[in-house]
Amino acid sequence: MAIDSLSKEKFEELGAYIDSLPSKKGELIRVLHRAQGIFGYLPKEVQFFVARKMDVPTSKVYGVVTFYSYFSMIPKGEYNISVCLGTACYVRGAEPVLDEFKKQLGISCNETTADGKFSLNALRCVGACGLAPVVMVGDEVYGRVTKDMVKDILASCLSHN
Amino acid sequence: MLRTRSPDFERSKCIHMAKINSIEELCNVKAKALEAQKNQKITILVCGGTGCKSANSDLIVKNLEEELASENLADRVAVLMTGCFGFCEKGPIVKILPDNTFYTEVKPEDAKEIIQGHIVNGEKVERLLYKDQNTGESIPDSKHMNFYKKQMRIALRNCGYIDPAVIEQYIREDGYQALAKCLTTMEAKDVIQIMKDSGLRGRGGAGFPTGLKWEIASRYDADVKYVVCNADEGDPGAFMDRSILEGDPHSVVEAMAICGYAINATKGRVYIRAEYPLAITRLENAIKSAREYGLLGDNILGTDFSFDIEITFGAGAFVCGEETALLHSMEGSRGEPTTKPPFPAESGFFGKPTNVNNVETYANVAQIILKGADWYRSIGTEKSAGTKVFALAGKINNVGLIEVPMGITLREVIFDIGGGIKDGKKFKAVQTGGPSGGCLTEKDLDTPIDFDNLIAKGSMMGSGGMIVMDEESCMPAVAKFYLEFTKEESCGKCTPCRVGTTRLLELLTLICDGKGEMKHFDELRNLSQVIKDTALCGLGQTAPNPVLSTLDAFYDEYVAHVVDKKCPAGVCRKLLSYKIDVNKCKGCTLCARTCPNNAIEGKVKETHVIKDELCIKCGACMEKCKFGAISKG
Repeated sequence: MAIDSLSKEKFEELGAYIDSLPSKKGELIRVLHRAQGIFGYLPKEVQFFVARKMDVPTSKVYGVVTFYSYFSMIPKGEYNISVCLGTACYVRGAEPVLDEFKKQLGISCNETTADGKFSLNALRCVGACGLAPVVMVGDEVYGRVTKDMVKDILASCLSHN
Repeated sequence: MLRTRSPDFERSKCIHMAKINSIEELCNVKAKALEAQKNQKITILVCGGTGCKSANSDLIVKNLEEELASENLADRVAVLMTGCFGFCEKGPIVKILPDNTFYTEVKPEDAKEIIQGHIVNGEKVERLLYKDQNTGESIPDSKHMNFYKKQMRIALRNCGYIDPAVIEQYIREDGYQALAKCLTTMEAKDVIQIMKDSGLRGRGGAGFPTGLKWEIASRYDADVKYVVCNADEGDPGAFMDRSILEGDPHSVVEAMAICGYAINATKGRVYIRAEYPLAITRLENAIKSAREYGLLGDNILGTDFSFDIEITFGAGAFVCGEETALLHSMEGSRGEPTTKPPFPAESGFFGKPTNVNNVETYANVAQIILKGADWYRSIGTEKSAGTKVFALAGKINNVGLIEVPMGITLREVIFDIGGGIKDGKKFKAVQTGGPSGGCLTEKDLDTPIDFDNLIAKGSMMGSGGMIVMDEESCMPAVAKFYLEFTKEESCGKCTPCRVGTTRLLELLTLICDGKGEMKHFDELRNLSQVIKDTALCGLGQTAPNPVLSTLDAFYDEYVAHVVDKKCPAGVCRKLLSYKIDVNKCKGCTLCARTCPNNAIEGKVKETHVIKDELCIKCGACMEKCKFGAISKG
């Protein structure tokens, strides 16, 4: 999987995007957003590539990638599950929901299942506090989630296939 | 990565695309939009905020439109997808004008009943009307709902009223008139004077006077100057900036241009969270249509003033709400704060003079210009003029977004507007100001809310998150929750914050795990004070607030954790123990079969027993027991 996801075409696409920028000054985060959009994550190969193309030290790229929570150095699963742990969700019981996902998937936060199907992470507030606790699977939002709903959410992901 | 939502783009067709070159032409567009509104006898507004959209409001719009088409009513009745109505608890919301009928918890399949009942037969759909929680009576008109009665909408004036994707609707509501007034009748210094006189203070948290900030930024000359909008809403539980950008993006665009005129800047930048795809789409769309109309770009409204706006995406870091950190992040670097001075007004984005304000602050500007400083000053309290938007969340009946005059009491907000505590439980505390704020309790309920009063009470306004907690919330655990957040979000640059928040979290974890000692309270207090005094930026300086405020107000609860090794709220797992009541247990074996760790023993029809050493305190047995025989304590 790792090899497929780092194909030559993808590097070319990213390279062309960087070349199309009017100026490279101050555009590192924009480029990394694009890179993550293309590759799905930012492994060290991509970071080296960005550093060379942008003419900045790789240490700076690595520093930025690790600073921001939006950037990930591991591939996300086919279904990326984000459990909101914002305060509103927390006081309405988001923690037991997260624990249930961990239990059922057998992974911790910021990990991906061995089959590459699911990845799990905690996120801080999607702003849908009226629906707390909130779980996002990809772009889809599930509101008022309880521990008992976890199984169904996972099952409905798999049934999409 | 960043989603684009095509329905918004489809709806953004401009009626007239020629550039507006004068104030007269702007008024012509307004007159046309008013005429168009008059021709629509009935308007159906459907909430398109993130919350309601998650609950399928897109499909509601589609179904309503199809139903109208099949009744041949499409030319008489308009369906608009608006920004947030604020009443997120009962979403999705559908509101029908002109009679203000307010339908709650609408499902896509209700579209037929709404059109047939309300529009065709003129009978309101009783089942979908809001019911007063005390009397149970239906309240058809939203003006009479407790949730709205005490609100006053300035920043949210157009949210839930106009279609944010259609610039003409914003112009119809006096949009861009304030910019036109500034450009054609006022000098830059007069604009600054109005802002100073209005008493508007920054809504992002610190409450710095906006007019003064603009005045300082206007003093520095450079080849390029910047106006920056801070839309990096990182405070968990606050979603007002997102709602404003989703519901009324032009109010921010217009205000940034006004600020540009006042401080002689030509470039604007919005720094927005990448996690807000809908807000990004609507803002991009607003900027695009403003450019098409010539309300952004060169020679705005035929004057020699030029101004344009670009969007920069954040990448998820709470500290980027701090303005120097935000500017570094905009420059493509790690978002680490730097010491002030120099202030951004002197040396900001790439070393150029820069003015940074928050979304909600900008959303107030156009109204202040149009209605005057005296009008704005007449609202709110002496030192905190105007209104404030709060995001009510947590264990409260009416979760949602509200805008109220400064000086309102917490009691009014929580019990009148918020409808009190969920499930009839007892109010325990309210956390204002997010991770930087503190917990306020019963005794603070009658304090008028403004910047200074909240600080005096050991909390702060922050961006306006208000998380209500009931008797089931454990305060040391809440403090621990916030410290987990600040520890994770600490950028690591200064030692007091990096090491200090880690140490505070370690102490709180010991307390919540029942390993705390009395001496830890002094350690918490001392360490908190050191962090407050020495941290580099606002994140660190305010991080101890949740600890200090809960430690003061709920000292007994902390003591119970340390001395009695009990968690009175029943939250801290390691301090719980589950017991089976011998008189109630029927020996049905359900609990023993449910227990994931085989910690329950007992034979059929005999009393069961929980073995403490094996119990993992998951509470599964208690949930399953049909006889209420299991209790925790």
